[in-house]
Amino acid sequence: MGAATDRARRRYGAHPLHLLTLLASFALVGYVISQLGVHSLWNDKVWWQSIIVWFLGAIVLHDLVLFPFYALADRSLGAGWRAVTGRAPQVTPAVSPRNYLRIPTMASGLLLLLFFPGIIQQGSASYQRATGLTQQPYLGRWLLLTGAFFAASAVAYAVRTVQVRRRGAESEAAGPSVVPADAAAPSGTEASSGGATC
Amino acid sequence: MTADGPGGVVTGASDDHGASDPGAARPDDGVPAPDDGRYGFPERLWRSVAEHRPPGVPSTGAFRSPLRGPWLTSVFGFLLLISLPLVALTGLLDFIAYGPRLHQSIPGNVGFLHLPFFDWPTRPAWLFQATEGLHVTLGLVLVPVVLAKLWSVMPKLFTWPPLRSVADLLERLSLVMIVGGIVFEMATGILNIQYDYLFGFNFYTAHYFGAWVFMTGFVVHVAFKFPTMVRSLRSRSLVAELRTPLADTVPEASDEDGLVPTDPAAPTISRRGALALVGGGSLLVAVLTVGQSIGGVAREAALLIPRGRSYGNGPNDFQVNKTAVAASIEPSATGPSWRLSLTGGSAEVTLDRVTLMAMHQHTADLPIACVEGWSSTQRWTGVRLADLARLAGVPDPSKAHVQSLEGGGGFSEAWLQGNQVLDPDALLALCVNGVDLSPDHGYPARVIVPALPGVHCTKWVRSIEFVR
Repeated sequence: MGAATDRARRRYGAHPLHLLTLLASFALVGYVISQLGVHSLWNDKVWWQSIIVWFLGAIVLHDLVLFPFYALADRSLGAGWRAVTGRAPQVTPAVSPRNYLRIPTMASGLLLLLFFPGIIQQGSASYQRATGLTQQPYLGRWLLLTGAFFAASAVAYAVRTVQVRRRGAESEAAGPSVVPADAAAPSGTEASSGGATC
Repeated sequence: MTADGPGGVVTGASDDHGASDPGAARPDDGVPAPDDGRYGFPERLWRSVAEHRPPGVPSTGAFRSPLRGPWLTSVFGFLLLISLPLVALTGLLDFIAYGPRLHQSIPGNVGFLHLPFFDWPTRPAWLFQATEGLHVTLGLVLVPVVLAKLWSVMPKLFTWPPLRSVADLLERLSLVMIVGGIVFEMATGILNIQYDYLFGFNFYTAHYFGAWVFMTGFVVHVAFKFPTMVRSLRSRSLVAELRTPLADTVPEASDEDGLVPTDPAAPTISRRGALALVGGGSLLVAVLTVGQSIGGVAREAALLIPRGRSYGNGPNDFQVNKTAVAASIEPSATGPSWRLSLTGGSAEVTLDRVTLMAMHQHTADLPIACVEGWSSTQRWTGVRLADLARLAGVPDPSKAHVQSLEGGGGFSEAWLQGNQVLDPDALLALCVNGVDLSPDHGYPARVIVPALPGVHCTKWVRSIEFVR
């Protein structure tokens, strides 16, 4: 039994139980599709309003659009910052602004991702039929929330900068060594990172 | 989280930290993956795949976040392992709440794909409010966790070779169920609660069967990965991670799955910072949504969803689901000529609104709760459905069929179970909060039953048939 299992394992690439589990799951998904009806997967009139297109499109949109978009945006933020500070090292701030830009951007982006129908007034007719109201307030509310996120971040950044400068000045007065920004940053919010790496 | 993109395009820009040989190609850039000789059958095929890496596939070296690793992935995985079954279970319960045995669940025919059928109870009165509210709120709150989990495993999508055996091929196929499933379920749910029917297909049907595909993939994934998750969670102490600041944040020990970067960038956030970021995102979503389900002052915080809106301070100023105009209710049909028809007994009984008002009135505080997760509790007054059943000559009905003045369309009629007719708080409501119902809330009369989904609390009622 052991040798047979090993041989099966080598050829198949995993324990036979792995295969049995997967075959059972594929059969179940086949049953799900049969209950839905294969014809229901596809919309002859409007191809992109097909269930199968949305199901597979969900993977493509996340893995090949959303992820590359936010990863590139984040990288550009870092690269852009380095380009600026590289040219003018004398103005490099004591605290990297990276996370102070990232976090409000992520908060605002998350809300846009979840609530874009109201914000861009998509589906306004069905919205009005259901609720008797219009989607008019949402764009303004989202912009106000976004503004609040960045304002809160600005306040946090100002406080952190003052803290780091003060500690830097204290340690300079105490001795010749300068505490690096990283080590001096209080660890509570983790919003700081070394100026050198941004 | 440090920046990383799938494109080798931009990696050069961030090479100034920690790299001893800036500008040099990363170890596996364009080079076939090291061949460890572990290929399954047919070996030549998998070897050939490994040697033909298409241009444009980012090398795993392009993923440089020092936070990625089995421990972090397992933390997100563990959170989802606990919470997603709750979302699934509440969804399956709500399918039962719609009354599949009365042929009014959507989708109608699901074969074996359902929880055991049972009569949806009327107690506690907030049952549907709780299950559907939990389903929608938790589903939204988990979006940041799901995004973080997907971010954490992204290097695996671009591993080359992607397949070394038939086992790899089948397992990757099974990931289509779980990844496609979760994103599909979240996308359709998010659109549906905002009345944005961009997808064009029937929401209920797609969301229900999509959930079964997701649950299948989920169970398989848990079966395969549970030991890895437990091992990985034990590899680091959560308490220690929560005490580790940015300056002391280092990559996890390298793993066989390739989540830990071979060429890590300097950290820009600590692990606890990343966890706080994800948790903060979930908290933000919770604060902005939970008010649509629990009401009160919390509703004012539900700034971006349809059911956070205020209609005013009057007795009828609460959430409307489908206006009288949208339902094409003619004002003439709801005037003095309106009659309620009760059938099922030996003869039809017809009542006008004055007669109904003269009958024994009962008042109950009950929620209207909808599939979009929102609810609103109000004080309803009207005639008990049980009294109407007795009047019709069917004192102990097994079910009842309620029809609206609304001509056709979804939810212009509903079947009620016997227990839903006979509950002492089950009403044909005439008034709400001490005044007549407004046209949008179903004037001249509407059904309100404890724990019944809102769409089955028929408005603008014209007839009720009681079945023995």
